[in-house]
Amino acid sequence: MSTLFLTACSDWQSALHAHGDNARKIFDLIWTFGAVAATTWLLTVLVLAMALFRSRPPEARSPLQIDPDQERRLNCAVGSATALTVVVLIALTTGSFFAGKSIASMSGSETVTVRVTGHQWWWEIRYPKIGSLQAIVTANELHVPVGESVKVKLDSLDVIHSFWVPSLAGKRDLIPGRPSELTLIADKPGVYRGQCAEFCGYQHAHMAITVVAESREAFDAWRSRQDANAVTPSGDEERRGQAAFLGTGCALCHAIRGTPASGTVGPDLTHVAGRRSLAADALAMTPGALAAWVADPQSVKPGAKMPRIALSADDLNAVITYLGSLE
Amino acid sequence: MSSIRQKNADRIEELKGVRDTGLDEARLVAFLAHAWQTPKGLYGWLATVDHKVIGRRYVVTAFLFLILAGLSALVMRFQLAAPEAGRISPDFYDQLFTMHGTTMMFLFAVPVMEAFAVYLVPLMIGTRNVAFPRLNAFSYWIYVSGGIMIWIAFAFNTGADAGWFSYVPLAGQFYGIGKRPDFWAQMVTYTEVSALAVAVEIIATVLKQRAPGMTLDRIPLYVWSVLITAFVILFAMPAVMVSSTMLILDRLVGTKFFDQAAGGDALLWQHLFWFFGHPEVYIIFIPATGFVSAILPTFVRRPVFGYLGIVLSLIAIGFLSFGLWVHHMFATGLPQLGESFFTASSMMIAIPSGIQVFCWIATIWGGRPIFATPLLFVLGFIFTFVIGGLTGVMVASVPIDLQVHDTYFVVAHFHYVLVGGAVFPLLGAVYYWFPKATGRMLSERLGHLNFWFVFLGFNLTFFPMHILGLQGMPRRVYTYPLESGWGSANLFISLSSLVLFVGFALFFLNMLLSFRNGLPAGDNPWGASTLEWATTSPPPSYNFPRLPVVTHREPLWAEPDTLAVIEGLRVDAREVLGGMVADAVPQLRLPSADNSIWPLLSATAVGGTFFASIYTPWAVVWGAIPISIGFICWFWPKGEPEDEE
Repeated sequence: MSTLFLTACSDWQSALHAHGDNARKIFDLIWTFGAVAATTWLLTVLVLAMALFRSRPPEARSPLQIDPDQERRLNCAVGSATALTVVVLIALTTGSFFAGKSIASMSGSETVTVRVTGHQWWWEIRYPKIGSLQAIVTANELHVPVGESVKVKLDSLDVIHSFWVPSLAGKRDLIPGRPSELTLIADKPGVYRGQCAEFCGYQHAHMAITVVAESREAFDAWRSRQDANAVTPSGDEERRGQAAFLGTGCALCHAIRGTPASGTVGPDLTHVAGRRSLAADALAMTPGALAAWVADPQSVKPGAKMPRIALSADDLNAVITYLGSLE
Repeated sequence: MSSIRQKNADRIEELKGVRDTGLDEARLVAFLAHAWQTPKGLYGWLATVDHKVIGRRYVVTAFLFLILAGLSALVMRFQLAAPEAGRISPDFYDQLFTMHGTTMMFLFAVPVMEAFAVYLVPLMIGTRNVAFPRLNAFSYWIYVSGGIMIWIAFAFNTGADAGWFSYVPLAGQFYGIGKRPDFWAQMVTYTEVSALAVAVEIIATVLKQRAPGMTLDRIPLYVWSVLITAFVILFAMPAVMVSSTMLILDRLVGTKFFDQAAGGDALLWQHLFWFFGHPEVYIIFIPATGFVSAILPTFVRRPVFGYLGIVLSLIAIGFLSFGLWVHHMFATGLPQLGESFFTASSMMIAIPSGIQVFCWIATIWGGRPIFATPLLFVLGFIFTFVIGGLTGVMVASVPIDLQVHDTYFVVAHFHYVLVGGAVFPLLGAVYYWFPKATGRMLSERLGHLNFWFVFLGFNLTFFPMHILGLQGMPRRVYTYPLESGWGSANLFISLSSLVLFVGFALFFLNMLLSFRNGLPAGDNPWGASTLEWATTSPPPSYNFPRLPVVTHREPLWAEPDTLAVIEGLRVDAREVLGGMVADAVPQLRLPSADNSIWPLLSATAVGGTFFASIYTPWAVVWGAIPISIGFICWFWPKGEPEDEE
């Protein structure tokens, strides 16, 4: 049975694959507590088995005839077991307290600040203005420089969500009206997946976030790419796509910087094609998936807030081509 | 003058009625049977206040809700067996898991524990009925109407869908879907009312109606456990009553308790809910430990080791259960000092729980185990509950909780605590007391089979969830991506849940078959030591022909042949004995309420008002009229002066 689960165990979104300071401290704590728990359980079951199957004198006595010597020994055993429990619990509580303190002490040294807002059912991500770079808005994909501590400011405008990227850090709730924050560090470059951990309605299951940890240079390069406005359509197909995007309902909810589209209900699409996935990681970013999503969002994420927009087949293709060009 | 005095004296003489003093057995039983009977036919069925009839009804109803909730879980497992399965819609899935949790917690676990208490407590302490018998009937009708209401709403696609703890704003006025959260909130109100009613009865019964000689240190441990539970209910339930009322006010009349935009606070809901919600777990668990302490001595043939230690542990658990609620809220970002306090208190509750486990193992060590089905369930309980307790220590740690909170690890943890810790002892209790309640034994062969299927099915279903949770699978997701790698473990879990299902099917089959064809039980088939085994199986409506006197903590072991009895009670009308709280010295004879249809009619009025208030706040105003009529008729004095003796 254990092999079944070990082989199934993937590096995908797991507290057991810690790649950040915060998560590693918790991982160590989980192992410590887990080992103590397993030992305690084994001992308990062992003593229980001995109690059940130990050999006993054959004579049958009245149930009220208690052997006082045995009673004294049992008293002693129960007393020692209780004392041991107290000691172990104090040790565990202290260990947990210091781990918590050292995680809390990570805050204060952040080099990057990013603001994450939870929506039903996607993540809005804002990088503030820094130096010559303007403030930008993106969605569902958080870029961080490796080895630097990142302050994630969290809030929600609808219901409660919870920001959780297990490989990097423990979770933190996003509660409307109660902004909070979390510090995370990624030790090595990679793509880490996270998922909303507080039930938030129909598509709670499809509300994932991707954290891309990359070198400082790569991060800066990404940040300046995001600073640019959306590319101007270069071909006929793209132009037709943009016209359809602006002319139908799309622009009411979505923004594309550099165009009149400035809706704020849905994700900002200025650089949508540069992202790895769409619809909060419900689909991979491929032209086919994009077409499926735009053509009928409700069959991909039933209950999602994005309505189905009636587009002709040609317009749909053009819109997909246009969106696909927005890297 | 003197003739009036004479008349009064005659009247008093007449009022004193027929006593059991010196009455021969046949006449005694005839009188009692007449005074305590439940009339035949529909009226009797509806008007009875016999704690055994009501208790049985409660148990059967609770098990029906268990079946509904269990089947919803099976449908969820069908959906989760494969990644992105698309077998049911997210909308339906949300309703299923909410109904599963809500039903298990509010309509099965708490009521079934109350049901056992209502049935057993008067028998175990040697009295004829609970205190406030009509309140008892009322509580059942309220409970069953709340349960039926929420399941009918579910049948009309209005099932609650915001989780069993219905967090706002998701369940609030802006995001709650249709009337779904209103049905949830009102169902909670129904069950609170019924739970509070039962708690009051139990407290009064245990404190005032114990058999003479049953001093505090002779109370059976099971009775101790339900007494402490009743106090926990009394202090915990008002918190959820307040919060569910605030929720429905927000939704119905536009108050802003939880609306942060208008100065309310979404977090307030969580504090109020968990201030009830955590004790709730102990409301389920403490009586279950009582089952263990009742079953164990019988099947290892010795009294429980460490009676005082266990009683003090139970009291400690009852107190500490109120200091843990914030450990459900570690991820909300409370100050670290506060979190540390709740970590420490959550760890601390492991101490009294541990002491109980140690005492039980010591009991087994000092005894001679007989491996009958009830004992198997107790052993299964220790085996699984210790796992749940230890993972409880893990989630009490703030950093660990921040990783595993709201994942399948927590799903595994609380199923180990609630199924391992409460349902296993409950099944053991059914095997143990079924003979008393029905006069027939459950089949031991089916019982062993039942145990192994449930035990293996449970562990195979829920143990892997620990690993899934650590691997990052959140709870309450209707599906998960293929790339997650969670598919094979989920398939395994879904298949294992079928084993668990077969286990429960065997349990119900055994009950159905044995109810008709089980071996006759006799008064005391297990050779147990407590008072309920001193009367016939099933017990007569008046429980005991003469009320027993207790001289020992294990009365039937200390006096195996004949039990001392007390005389002097009226037998031509319902009367019970009232005693001192601490040492159970008889103080007075208390009249006990007769059958009445008014509890049912009052419950109908109250239930109808709750139901209508989902649609209009005016229901509370107009509903007050039938409720008042019901209560006035219920409490109308019958013109019998109190017996002042």
